[in-house]
Amino acid sequence: MSESALAQKHPEEVIVLRPSRGWSALNLSDLWRYRELIFFLTWRDILVRYKQTVLGASWAIIQPLINMIVLSVIFGSFAKMSTAGIPRPIFTFAALLPWGLFSKALSDAGRSILANRSMITKIYFPRLIIPLSSVLGGVVDFGIQLIILILMMIYYRILPTPAVWLLPLFILLSLITALGFGLWLSALNALYRDVGHILPVLTQLWLLISPVGYSAQDVVPAQWQLVYALNPMVGVVEGFRWALLGTAPPSTTMLVASAAISIGLLVTGMYYFRRMERIFADVV
Amino acid sequence: MSDIAIRVENLGKQYKIGAQIDRYRTLRDSIVAAARWPTRLLRGERTPADNYIWALNEVSFEVRKGEVLGVIGRNGAGKSTLLKILSRVTEPSRGFAEIHGRVGSLLEVGTGFHPELTGRENIALNGAILGMRRAEIERKFDEIVEFSGVEKFIDTPVKRYSSGMYLRLAFAVAAHLEPEILVVDEILAVGDAEFQRKCLGKMSDVAQEGRTVLFVSHNMSAILRLTKETIILEKGRLALRAPSAQAVDYYLTAGFAQTGERHWQVDEIPAGASPFRPIALRVRNPQGQVVDTLRSTEPATLEIEYCLETPIAGLRVGIYLMTGHGELIFTSFDTDDPWRYEQLGVRAAGRYLSRSTIPADFFNEGRYVVGINASAFRVRSYFQDENALSFTVDASGAPGMHWMEPRLGLIRPRLEWQIEALPE
Repeated sequence: MSESALAQKHPEEVIVLRPSRGWSALNLSDLWRYRELIFFLTWRDILVRYKQTVLGASWAIIQPLINMIVLSVIFGSFAKMSTAGIPRPIFTFAALLPWGLFSKALSDAGRSILANRSMITKIYFPRLIIPLSSVLGGVVDFGIQLIILILMMIYYRILPTPAVWLLPLFILLSLITALGFGLWLSALNALYRDVGHILPVLTQLWLLISPVGYSAQDVVPAQWQLVYALNPMVGVVEGFRWALLGTAPPSTTMLVASAAISIGLLVTGMYYFRRMERIFADVV
Repeated sequence: MSDIAIRVENLGKQYKIGAQIDRYRTLRDSIVAAARWPTRLLRGERTPADNYIWALNEVSFEVRKGEVLGVIGRNGAGKSTLLKILSRVTEPSRGFAEIHGRVGSLLEVGTGFHPELTGRENIALNGAILGMRRAEIERKFDEIVEFSGVEKFIDTPVKRYSSGMYLRLAFAVAAHLEPEILVVDEILAVGDAEFQRKCLGKMSDVAQEGRTVLFVSHNMSAILRLTKETIILEKGRLALRAPSAQAVDYYLTAGFAQTGERHWQVDEIPAGASPFRPIALRVRNPQGQVVDTLRSTEPATLEIEYCLETPIAGLRVGIYLMTGHGELIFTSFDTDDPWRYEQLGVRAAGRYLSRSTIPADFFNEGRYVVGINASAFRVRSYFQDENALSFTVDASGAPGMHWMEPRLGLIRPRLEWQIEALPE
């Protein structure tokens, strides 16, 4: 093949490397070109997660079941909070699903840059791929848990409401929140290892201020609802329960506030991450 | 379309010293520093310049398409930094580089390998990390497996592989990458001789296919075989660009202060060497003087001075002796003697001198290069410098000097000959 034919087949790409200052463009087209790597890294995380465990993938079920029991005891037997007529186990479990997806995605994404430092110091690829694929890694666990939830709904004879088609939207919202916040944390974690110590505390506190063990409409006074909904997980968790179990729907303002905060977190997180990624290889 | 593959202009990379040692800052440090920052600014204080070093400074060169360019330099000369910038792992602090075409880098093979995954799974994953498309990986899968020679274990987790198998598989994936520009760092320093031969073969295939290659190595004979031109980096700067034979010669001889002694500066010792800290390497004549030129007819003493910050178990400190063309003559360690190795099971912290004497009538005339290695077998390599020091050997009085011709061969032993006239 002659030189010119080769050139036509692969139009030559020219990369210019120079010091960058200030904010960088997101360069999403580069991310798109590497989409297969997102898939491969997610696949690796899923494959590896339960290797050399006795119980294997059943951990995906055992963990939320234990959480369900603990939260049911605390909020039911001790605090005696109402569940709007829904049996407490399924009331809690339905909320633990999006919560578990979110908290796992958040802590994995927050640690992802450090965990993959050997790749970052040796090979170029869009760095955004790393937190992105670690967020996606939890989706399979979520799918397994969803089956358990459906079985529980059959057992308790609960029919999903017509709003069930909104479910993917709520799932997406919790992933977006986790990714947005995870981007901030992962970039900060590369600079300050303190983040690794803050993360478990943070997710624990966040669980308590989200309506997982209780119902938001029940506990939070009406005039504080909007402030409360600044926590994007409020809209997600309440929405999940509403769509599946038919509890009172979250108000539109609540949903809009949650979505706005999530998207805001994602956009700022991406820009901050892009700004910091140029020094990752030097500091991790 | 230009015929330039890589253009580097005035490229520089600054690192903060200490960032290597106390690798991470805590939030508290930064808060304290931020609180002081305005006052520092008001007082006109600046961060002292000696807190920073230029790992790479004002480096400019061009590589034409299809050219195989060698890069040599001592530890800490900036080779790895240069490759890291060109393979887009890190950004330059100054200047720019222009790269025409897809870059593939073999900075370290096996990046992204996961011990729990099988060989098959790791090929897929590693291929994707190196930038191959899924279709491309599937197409080349059989070829990769065959090259690696681990067919039988392809469905076994790689954590059960021997280190040799692991390495062969990793290299096989990387070798089947087909970028227009290939950046290679020291892959040949590892693996057995057979595997090294295979790697070198693959490298020259790549070179013959007309792809652009930037080849970093400490192996001078590999540089001479694979490259036509070579650049030398010295303390972050470009010292020379010349035809490879000339560059290797310069590097091995003129590049050194000819004193028969080599001292390691702090910035020449990688952070990973600790707790081993090399201090000096010396060549002494029988009178005990440190010399650059030895006589072939006299014994020579090589001594390594070093310091152990903490005790090291199973340590061996030794030398490589090479000719000026980079051919290895021998390797020897201070604990080669099994009895000595047992006795020195753990070497206590402190300062040491490991000394050995090379007998008279060993060297041929010419220039020789000494490298040093400190390692614990199968545990860790602490420090290695293949080109630590060079010295000249004067052959006057050596066997066969009455014939005025250069004597071929790496060494020039004085052998006992018997000449018998056999009866008819």
